[in-house]
Amino acid sequence: MTKILVPELGEGIVKATVAFWHVKAGDQVREDDDIVELVTDKATFNVPANCPGVIKDILVKEGQEARIGEILAIIDAK
Amino acid sequence: MQHTATQHRAHYRDLGLISYQEAWDLQKTTVDAVIAGAAPVLLLCEHPAVLTLGRLGAEEHILFSRPELAQKGVEVVRIDRGGEVTLHSPGQLVIYPIFNLNYFGKDLRIYMQKLEQVAIDLLHDFGIVAKRIDGRTGVWVGQDKIASIGVGVRKWVSYHGLAININTDLQLFSLIRPCGLDVQMTSMARLLNRPAELDLIKTKIIEHFSREFHLNFTSEEKI
Repeated sequence: MTKILVPELGEGIVKATVAFWHVKAGDQVREDDDIVELVTDKATFNVPANCPGVIKDILVKEGQEARIGEILAIIDAK
Repeated sequence: MQHTATQHRAHYRDLGLISYQEAWDLQKTTVDAVIAGAAPVLLLCEHPAVLTLGRLGAEEHILFSRPELAQKGVEVVRIDRGGEVTLHSPGQLVIYPIFNLNYFGKDLRIYMQKLEQVAIDLLHDFGIVAKRIDGRTGVWVGQDKIASIGVGVRKWVSYHGLAININTDLQLFSLIRPCGLDVQMTSMARLLNRPAELDLIKTKIIEHFSREFHLNFTSEEKI
């Protein structure tokens, strides 16, 4: 199991809003595929998968906020 | 090491008046190229009247129906950037820096501050005193907004960017509540009391990007 976390986005940025999931639970992903789009201030940030595998769980819904370091999704790594 | 070694090679491309969609397609292919290791690219353009709405932007900030907008010749596009609704129209200089932010601090806030600084420095060249307002992204003259910022990032490569009102028809902003705020927009032409020369502004903008990001720009027709 590999966790996808909200990455460090910049100094003073403590949270982001999940704007869009490119994937749903059960989807196959390759390493580096964009899986979720975060929005902070006036910026959109795409978070890639850090390994190939299957999306096991999505933990933050679209429109909800997550703090830096919080778990966004879990990948069942191949 | 030679002094010039600190300035990295980059390209700019002046697209002139180009549809939002066509420029968006070009941004996407350019982002792919920069992710693959190509030099940074600065795209400069103007768009025919178009309203763009960020992913989480609220429809109610567009104050007219789609048929009414279509009649006025204004397109509406929902896009993957932060921020609320924004208007682009001829006379507004739109700048899309496609930069690998791994080389520029890997920090969204610093990057957006650099974009704001470029606009502030450009306006200073024309005797206009512009500033940031804490907690409100963009560039302001007094309480009026002159430049808007909305960026996207993929693999730490930037897209979307900065829009500066040069000779923009400010009446068009009455179609929207810009950025979801009750903001008054202004332009260089309004502040200078005359139309500003877009070609000169483009030259100055490239100089300021060069200084702010330590890049050495050359024109590129095809990327």
